[in-house]
Amino acid sequence: MSWLLAAPLIIPFAAAVAAFLLRNGPWGRRVSVAGSALALAASVALMVTVLQEGVVAAQMGAWPAPFGITLAADLLSAVMVVITAITGLAVAVYATGDITERQERLGFHALFQVLLAGVTGAFVTGDLFNLYVWFEVMLIASFGLLVLGGSKEQIDGGVKYVLLNLVSTILFLSGVGLLYGMTGTLNMADLAVTVPEVENQGLVTVVAMMFMVAFGVKAAVFPLFFWLPASYHTPAFSVSAVFAGLLTKVGVYALIRVFTLIFTGDTGYTHTVLLWVAGFTMAVGVLGAAAQTDFRKILSFHIVSQIGYMILGLALYTPLALAGAVFYLVHHIIVKANLFLVSGVAHRIAGGTELGRIGGLYKTAPLLAVLFLIPAFSLAGFPPLSGFWAKYVLVKASLEAGNWVIAGVALAVGLLTIFSMTKIWGEAFWKPHPEGTDPRLSSLPAADRRALIVPIAALAALTCVIGLFPEPFVAFAERAAGQLLDPEDYILTVLGGRPAVPVQVAEALP
Amino acid sequence: MNSVILMAGSRILVALLLVFSVFMLLRGHNEPGGGFIGGLIGAVGFVIYAIACGTSSAREALRVPPETVAAAGLGVALLGGVWAAVDGDAFFTGQWLFLGATEDSKGLPLSSVLVFDVGVYLVVFGSILSLVFALEEEV
Repeated sequence: MSWLLAAPLIIPFAAAVAAFLLRNGPWGRRVSVAGSALALAASVALMVTVLQEGVVAAQMGAWPAPFGITLAADLLSAVMVVITAITGLAVAVYATGDITERQERLGFHALFQVLLAGVTGAFVTGDLFNLYVWFEVMLIASFGLLVLGGSKEQIDGGVKYVLLNLVSTILFLSGVGLLYGMTGTLNMADLAVTVPEVENQGLVTVVAMMFMVAFGVKAAVFPLFFWLPASYHTPAFSVSAVFAGLLTKVGVYALIRVFTLIFTGDTGYTHTVLLWVAGFTMAVGVLGAAAQTDFRKILSFHIVSQIGYMILGLALYTPLALAGAVFYLVHHIIVKANLFLVSGVAHRIAGGTELGRIGGLYKTAPLLAVLFLIPAFSLAGFPPLSGFWAKYVLVKASLEAGNWVIAGVALAVGLLTIFSMTKIWGEAFWKPHPEGTDPRLSSLPAADRRALIVPIAALAALTCVIGLFPEPFVAFAERAAGQLLDPEDYILTVLGGRPAVPVQVAEALP
Repeated sequence: MNSVILMAGSRILVALLLVFSVFMLLRGHNEPGGGFIGGLIGAVGFVIYAIACGTSSAREALRVPPETVAAAGLGVALLGGVWAAVDGDAFFTGQWLFLGATEDSKGLPLSSVLVFDVGVYLVVFGSILSLVFALEEEV
């Protein structure tokens, strides 16, 4: 069990080392692609096991929980690991056509693999302090990726990004310290048992709010999101895509994990705050996007807006709403990463991302137009694409909870999302190119064209599959939500109610 | 910097610091020390050399780019964790080999923990040096 859980972490680290040592030749990128493919295989294996056996857990170094570091995967963790690997593979392939040789020599592929390892680690860890460590791994790798190449704009975005993330990290660490002082443990399953027994429940709620702010910065919720639109439009397109797909979602995942497993004592307070946050995040994000005229900046603001939907699912805290949040997470990672990949191709063939300066893509690059249309309308929630079902489940959950206002906000935001998407559509695709040129996919070298288009098409196909056959995915999300709301299996598995890895501590000591 | 005293002193200091860093690395399992502090001390040796004789000669003396050292260190540390697979234990379980162990003596204990520590040493050593060299070389 230990190796099954550790493999999705070991593979990207090994790939990072190999890719860095081979960074001066074509083998670096090949190793990166191969590593991503292997990681996908390992995550699928993990997923299959979790589907068959329920929650799996393993103790690293054979130190028993709650003393050592536990890796644990329930359905939510497993699906996040799989989706990370899918996105990782898609972007790794895309990067072979997008990343310049100079960026490769500076170690792009190694940083990219370390980033994937950090994201995966955050999803499978069962220990709060270890979660902090994975956040750091992610932060270090993402800072490197953000400023790789070192243009002035990138440094500017990078400084904002790092500064705000450091503030969040400090808050997170202080919260971890206080929690440890109160309970004497940082194992999440153990915390789920001990936190309700803490006498001073007021203090627990304070710590819960510290975690909410800390993860809120990572997830880019209102009013803590401003670092995201300031930095995501500056780096290479592969980097933006993987950031947009995965990084904020780690924050959302951490919020879901912590506020379903540990801080459930005062849901009347914490989850009401989350509900307000969700509403404002949705609305402010989409309004911000409406004011932008740059392809990537519009998409960046939409990340913020979409995060609101996921938080909404968590805030309502009903089985259906949580299922909606899980479904939304999966759908959004695929769609958002894909949109950024499309914007990269548009940049390559039309010569920019500023909407006023490009155009004519529909006429001369119809394939790209179709590949944009699928994720864009999925994001806006057009049936029969994946976004429709994600929004449908969430709106239904809010109506069932009797919360008409938030359901109305969610629907209005969906409408405004269509407005932004049609803006991109009208400007970049329908309008003739202002300089009179015809942007064509055939203007790209054949190898680059393949590397850029294949991952986009694959992710678009995945969106269609989820959209056309939502039944198994919704059923899966409901099972995952069931596990989140009833974490007994998780706690028992981690703390060894069920036979885990045999403990041989005595023998290991010299 | 052109200081004869520093250049003369650095020869002794560099050697001393490097030996001391290995000493700290090896005593790290049971006493204060270990890969992190060892790596820092080792890096200080080369930093002194770079200050005294210039970054380019420090790079020459190192032979491999410091970034490569750091990446290799990450690989070595990973190896220390994966080693546990040989005996079918959980990831990162310490594996021990007692050289020349008898009834009343444990002999020389060697472990995968030390491999991990060597990895940490290289990562710290390499990354500190990349930072310092980059800062020294910038205009």
